[in-house]
Amino acid sequence: MNSAVIVFPGSNCDRDLATALELVTGRKPAMVWHKDSGLPDGVDFIGLPGGFSYGDYLRSGAMAARSPIMRAVKDAAGRGVPVIGICNGFQVLTETGLLPGALMRNAGLSFVCRPVPLKVENSQTLFTAEYDAGEVVSFPVAHHDGNFQADETTLDRLEGEGRVAFRYQDEVNGSARSIAGILNDAGNVLGLMPHPERAVEPAHGATDGRRLFEGLLQTVAA
Amino acid sequence: MKARVFITLKAGVLDPQGKAIHHALEGLGFSGVNDVRAGKLIELDLADGTADSDIEEMCRKLLANTVIENFRIERLQDA
Repeated sequence: MNSAVIVFPGSNCDRDLATALELVTGRKPAMVWHKDSGLPDGVDFIGLPGGFSYGDYLRSGAMAARSPIMRAVKDAAGRGVPVIGICNGFQVLTETGLLPGALMRNAGLSFVCRPVPLKVENSQTLFTAEYDAGEVVSFPVAHHDGNFQADETTLDRLEGEGRVAFRYQDEVNGSARSIAGILNDAGNVLGLMPHPERAVEPAHGATDGRRLFEGLLQTVAA
Repeated sequence: MKARVFITLKAGVLDPQGKAIHHALEGLGFSGVNDVRAGKLIELDLADGTADSDIEEMCRKLLANTVIENFRIERLQDA
């Protein structure tokens, strides 16, 4: 699997994501600067990492979403290349319109930073294939603006089409329907606020995140 | 020429920051505050003759997230 991790000014989880990908796939991802106009040839997986791109100025992910590289990322997503947006990456995906809804300030107003239980709502996706349906896993969250909101019609459609990938099992940030992660229509773009890349090795204190990348590798390398 | 863009949350979108400000005002002894919603003001210094439609496009494409926000543009008269 030839991964690319996009780096925006202010991204700070790019190296963790790269480390997780190298650990699971055996290959170092290409680190792609946001100002590049194209992706390296043969990229078959794209990661948008967590962090504080552009300092969260204007809105989290708003300016990163308008970076030159995002044209290439949107095109790749349109061709079916798997894309994951983690935390700030999820915010970027909603700002580009690749995913619906918006991530707003946490309902409790505090920055939340702890491991959270998540239910795998759909284990049939290319990201969740290595999990059991309904399995409860633990990933850490670390965010101030993780409150997922969308109108009722959109929420009903996400639920009805099995596009809710992960659901919080306790109160974290006020997200509508406790939605922690969602997929696009075609099922190749996943956005989630929790950090699977921070739960891939024993030193992390949790390893549930590893299977997300393993599932991805299985599908892409197949 | 100058323009001001006011960005506000759409009606019905929860505003916990507005609520926090509300509580803080009450804590200071202001009893007649029914509700508080917080928005943003962006001031633009633009080339003379910039079209309204350009400013609107700036709002739709970047300044406001139209999923959850409204915008209002005010062109300022030169002093």
